[in-house]
This record gives sequence, structure tokens and C-alpha cells, in this order.
Amino acid sequence: MKLLKLLFRNSFRHPLRTVLTILGLAIAIMSFSVIRTAINAWYVGAEASSPNRLVTRNAVSLIFDMPLAYKERIANADGVTGISLAQWFGGIYVEPSNFFAQFAVEHDSYFDLYPEFLVPEDQMAAFMAERNAVLVGQKLADRFGWSVGDNVRLTGTIYPGDWDFVIRGIYTGKFETTDENTWFSRWDYLDERMRVETPGRAGRVGTYIIQIDDPSRAAEISQAVDAMFENSIAETLTETEEAFNLSFVAMGSQIVLGLQIVSAMVIGVVLLVLGNTMAMTARERVSEYAVMKSLGFQSYHLVGLIAGESMLIAIMGGALGLLISVPINGVLGVALSMMFPVVKMDALTFIMSAVISGGVGLIAAIFPTLKAVRTPIVEGLRIVD
Amino acid sequence: MPLLISYSLKNVRARRLTTSLTVLGMGLVVFVFCAAWMLSHGLSETLVATGYDENAIVIRRSSQTEVQSILYRDQAAIIKTDPGVAVGSDGTAQFANEILVLITQPKRGTTGTGASSNVPVRGVSELSFGLRPNMKLVEGRMWRPGTSEIIAGRKVANGFEGCGLGEQVRFGTRDWTVVGVFESDGSGFESELWGDVEQLMDAFGRPVYSSLTFKLADTSQFAAVKARLEDDPRLEIDIDREKQYYANQSRFTSIYITAVGVTVSLLFGLGAIVGAMITMYAAVAGRTREIGTMRALGFSRSSILFVFLVESLTISMMGGALGIVVAYFLRFVEVSTTNWDTFAEIAFSFEMSPMIAVIGIIFSLMMGLVGGFLPSVRAARLKIIDALRSR
Repeated sequence: MKLLKLLFRNSFRHPLRTVLTILGLAIAIMSFSVIRTAINAWYVGAEASSPNRLVTRNAVSLIFDMPLAYKERIANADGVTGISLAQWFGGIYVEPSNFFAQFAVEHDSYFDLYPEFLVPEDQMAAFMAERNAVLVGQKLADRFGWSVGDNVRLTGTIYPGDWDFVIRGIYTGKFETTDENTWFSRWDYLDERMRVETPGRAGRVGTYIIQIDDPSRAAEISQAVDAMFENSIAETLTETEEAFNLSFVAMGSQIVLGLQIVSAMVIGVVLLVLGNTMAMTARERVSEYAVMKSLGFQSYHLVGLIAGESMLIAIMGGALGLLISVPINGVLGVALSMMFPVVKMDALTFIMSAVISGGVGLIAAIFPTLKAVRTPIVEGLRIVD
Repeated sequence: MPLLISYSLKNVRARRLTTSLTVLGMGLVVFVFCAAWMLSHGLSETLVATGYDENAIVIRRSSQTEVQSILYRDQAAIIKTDPGVAVGSDGTAQFANEILVLITQPKRGTTGTGASSNVPVRGVSELSFGLRPNMKLVEGRMWRPGTSEIIAGRKVANGFEGCGLGEQVRFGTRDWTVVGVFESDGSGFESELWGDVEQLMDAFGRPVYSSLTFKLADTSQFAAVKARLEDDPRLEIDIDREKQYYANQSRFTSIYITAVGVTVSLLFGLGAIVGAMITMYAAVAGRTREIGTMRALGFSRSSILFVFLVESLTISMMGGALGIVVAYFLRFVEVSTTNWDTFAEIAFSFEMSPMIAVIGIIFSLMMGLVGGFLPSVRAARLKIIDALRSR
């Protein structure tokens, strides 16, 4: 207890310097937490995926689609308990910068496969009843101020022309990681119009979502599905929903890598700020340490004093940093909602921040401690600042 | 004045450890700051270099990118005969029909991890090469007409499995042999596979073009050509200068990189300012008697302020220079990532520009100024008697 008091008194002998150091550390740890959260945003899609779902797409790439006829064949495959389909719509709402994910889905099956999208019963009934009905996520509705009953017009980038929709429901997510930034329209609305305007593009499906009841058979079922369409004009690639979502992360892997490197640099910044303060402190107290040594205090006492002070400052800085990063990450989430549906802080970020603070506190103390321990008493006493 | 400056510089040197820690910290911040700008600059430079000002590109109205665009043969025929299209010495229209699709291909060196990305495959006609004079075949040969042969851009050949010279890549129910590797002065085309447009349309079962590119007969008349073709009710198309079209494709990704990079470096910058403040407060505290002596000798308060500001600015300037110099060497690092505007992989390098260096220096000086101001004010406001009396 006495030691703690001494550490605290020592730390605040130069209150301004210590406050500044804590502030510097807090800012660095906050940056770390923000960058980590930005990295995690890439992986949330994969985390939120269910082991009971497989995704089938055209093997060449996502820009190619598959015929509707595949649906029956996949549904009859062994181990498949449910199937639905989706097509990326890619419309523009007023201007291209208002980007958000839009899927045209098979209305009567899609939400059975995605129980994590919670839609009030009456709104779901309205979605079923009308071809141009749309379900949107709560966050997306908030972003554009939409409410149930609003008419929304999108301009197609893939499917030409203007498309009029009416919002019939707003869904919420069952879990924290559930995407609430997506727009679901009805596939039959899209298909009907394609049939009239460009019959060659009707009856096409971007992805099939397959439900299986035994996740351990995922690999086997995927292979069986792909084998059915081998050597056809539209060969397929079936993978678990998680692998499908991770393939998007792989596309941005170098950006993620860059962010990871930058987040590691934070450790350098923290070390420099704290190391600087501790170096100054130790320099000023050389004679004091000599006095202590001549009074009979051992080297380990000095080690405890200096390392303890360094850790105390580091931990206060880290705690403050984590505290301010919570609201900042909230702002980040809103800013990135266009690209990433879910942005949130995870427990690992907390743990890593704490470990970094403590570790840096120790490392920053090494150099001053060595100096204090190694300086002979006589020399230490001789120094007059 | 020179005396004051040399006094500041000597002080910077006298306190080596603290100074170098502060310089390192600032250098790190400026490095991150410059790296973010260089990355986004590198991407847009690559894309801007892809297009030519004297070429125009046509895609379907509001389709935004070639991949999403569909143009029919009759539309192509109408545009080809427009007087805005340049005609070569042999009487042929300088006009190319192209198709652009994406194929998902594993990246090299990631075997087993399943890391793959989208490679653009461009089906081109003979005139496509004439329209991009910087295209040159550096290895192998051109494809033979009517065969499943393709050529690969340098960066695709290096970055993706099956895309190197002599290797085979499978798509559209056929195996395609890479028979040549081309370069185009580092432009975005080097991230593409090129093949014969008719062969590729056939293989993908897609009897439509993605885009039409032509040379303008009179480049100053672009606005008139644009108005005429976009107003033609038979066409329903968007037309842009090729350079502008590619420049636009860096919008999303550039903004993302710059926004994240600048936000992070501003946060880091705050940290560095605090670091500079600690250093400068310590410098002031350590020299209280000196300051008293200087004041007693007749140096004014503003001289003291000036001395400490110069010291702080010197430290930050050194940090900034260090950061910029180290960042400069990032030019040799190549980055390959998905461009979210086109959903296709593109390879590019960090690119330094004088503008970025200047912004980096200004940024570091700002940190020095802000970090050094309060400590300098404290130094200037010390009372002579108190300062001389301090131990």
C-alpha cells in the first residue's frame, strides 16, 4: 500500500508532464482500438455466417449468373433441406455515392433460411403480397430516413432503367453482428420485367443459398452440387457461407494488411512517448536513487519503483484511451456503414490494448532502471542538477 | 537573430536522446501520413495513366463500369459511323468493340489458403492496340486468330496462378494458354488478360459488347460528340473521355484509403504533439536559469518565445524530413488489391509527389508549432527574478 502511494506521488511530481504522457498514451491506444475495429469490420460478415448455409455461385466469377433451372436440381440433392436464391441488384439511389447492398431475393423462401432477420408479421405479409415491395434494414432506413410505406426509386446499373419500389417492412437483426444495412427486393419483380424487356436475361440467378441440417457434411454436399453442373456452360462453385464471405476479405487483404501494420506502429508511438518521459524522470532523479541506495535499499527496490511508476502511467493512459475509443468507434461505425454493415469493438481489442499498455510500461522502464541500478552511489551523489 | 537560431540548434543537439525520441515519433506519424496519400495517389495515377484524352469510351447508360455495361451490335454500328470517330489513313474507323468480364483466380503464393481475386479479362479487336500506343508485347507472341490463346498484363502474369507465360487458365468451358506478356507503362491494363473479342464472346455465351472505344476525330469537339450520341434515342449510352472514365474508377477506393489514412495519422499526430509538448516543457524547465540569465542580459520575452519555437520547429522539421525520406522508399513496394469501384483486382505502387512531400512537411511543422507553443509561452512569461532564483 505504501509502495503504491509512493509510486503515485512519484508519478505526479511533474503533474503537467505526467498528464501529457497519459494523454499521449490514451490517444495512441485509442487509435489502436479504432484501427482494430476498422479491421474487424472486414470480418464481421464471415463471423455472422451460419454453418448450416452453403452458397452456390457461377464458378467463373460473381458477375456471371446461373439458370433458374438449377434450383430444382440442387433442392433434390442429398442433404439439402432448403434452398433460396438471390441476385445482386446494384441500383443507384439518387446518386452513386449513396451506395448500399441490394439483393433481389426469392420472397417466399429467403427469410426462412435467414431467421436472424426479424420482420414484424404484418410487414412480412405485406412484403409477400406485393411484387415491388421491399424489406430494408433498420440502419439503412435510419440512414435515408425511410419508413414503411415510402416509395423509393432506384436507377439500375446492371438492369437498365428506373425501378419503383415501396418499402413494406423494416427488419432488425437478431444478433449484434447481423447486417442491418441491406435492401431486399423481390426477385420475381426483377424477373418479370426482364422477361418483357430483354428475355435473354430472364430466369437468371446470381447465387443460390442452400440450407443443410448437418454442417459436418458441408464439404461433401458442396462437391455433389458442383459435380451436377460440371462441363455445363455455367459451372458452379459451392462453399460454406463463411468461406464465401471470407473471399471478399481476401480481395481487400492488402488493405487489411496495411491497417495491421499501422496498428502495430501504435506500439512504437506509445513506446516513444512513455520512453521519453521515463528517460527524463530517471535523469532527474539520479542523485535521489543514490541516496536511497546508500540508505540500504536494494536494486530490486529501485526496479520496483521505476517499473511500477512506468506501468502505472501506462495503465492509466491505456484505460483512458479505451474509454474514449468507445464513442469514437461509434462514430466510425456510422461513417463506414456504406462499406461495412457492422462495425463494433470486440473483446480482443480490449485485451490487446491492456496487454500493450502493460508491456510498453515495462519496456519503457528498462533503460532508466538499468541506468539507476548501474550508477555507482558516489557518482550518483556527485551529480548536482 | 542568427545568434538566437544557433542557440536553438545547439540546444536540439545537446539533448540527444530526448530529441531523437521526439524526432522518431514525429517521423513515424509523417510516414503514416505520407504513406496513405502515396497509396491513394498511386492508385489514381495508375488509373489516370490507363486512358487517353483523345479516346472516348461508350458504355450503357448509368451502368457506371464496363463490367455492368451491355451494348448490342446494332448500337455499335450506329456509333461507328458517327462523324466524331477518327478515320485512319487506310479509311477504317479508329474504333474498337470490347468485352470485359471478371474471372476469379487464385493469387500466387497463397496455395491452399483459397485467397483468390477477380481478374479482368478484356476481349479486344485488332484496333484496340492502335488506340493504346503504349501497349507493347515484351515476352512471347500475339495470339493466333481463332484459337484459345490469350496474352497477360505483366502484373497479372506475376500475381495470379495460371496467368504466366506458357501457363493455362480455365474459364468459359475452355482452357486458355497464355502465349504472351505485355506492358503498358504501368497502367491499369497490366492488371488485365487480353484475348480476341469474338473468341471470348463465344466462350462466355455473351453475344454483346461491354464497351466501345474510339479515337476522336477532333478531340476539342468531344462535348459536341457526347451531346449528339447521348441524345440519340436509339442508343441509351454514356460517353466519357477514356482518361476521365478510368480516373473516375478510383473514387471509392481512393476515398477510403485517404479517409482512413488521414484519420489515423491525425490521431497519431495528436499523440506526437503531446510528445513534442513533453519534450519542450522539459527543455524549458531544465533551462529556467538560463532563461533568467538571457532575460537579465536584455533579451526580450519575444526573443525567448522565438528561441523555443525555433527549437520545436527544428525538431518537427527533422521528424518530417525523416518520415518523408523513409516513405519515399515505399515507391518500390507494389500493392495489389481489389478496386471496389470495378470489383476487379488492380496492382499499383505507392507514388510520391512534390505535393505530398510539401503537405507532409507542413503537417510536421504544424505539429511542432502546436506542440511547442504552450511551453514557449511559459518560457517567455517567466519572471527574471524567479527564473534566476530557481536551483
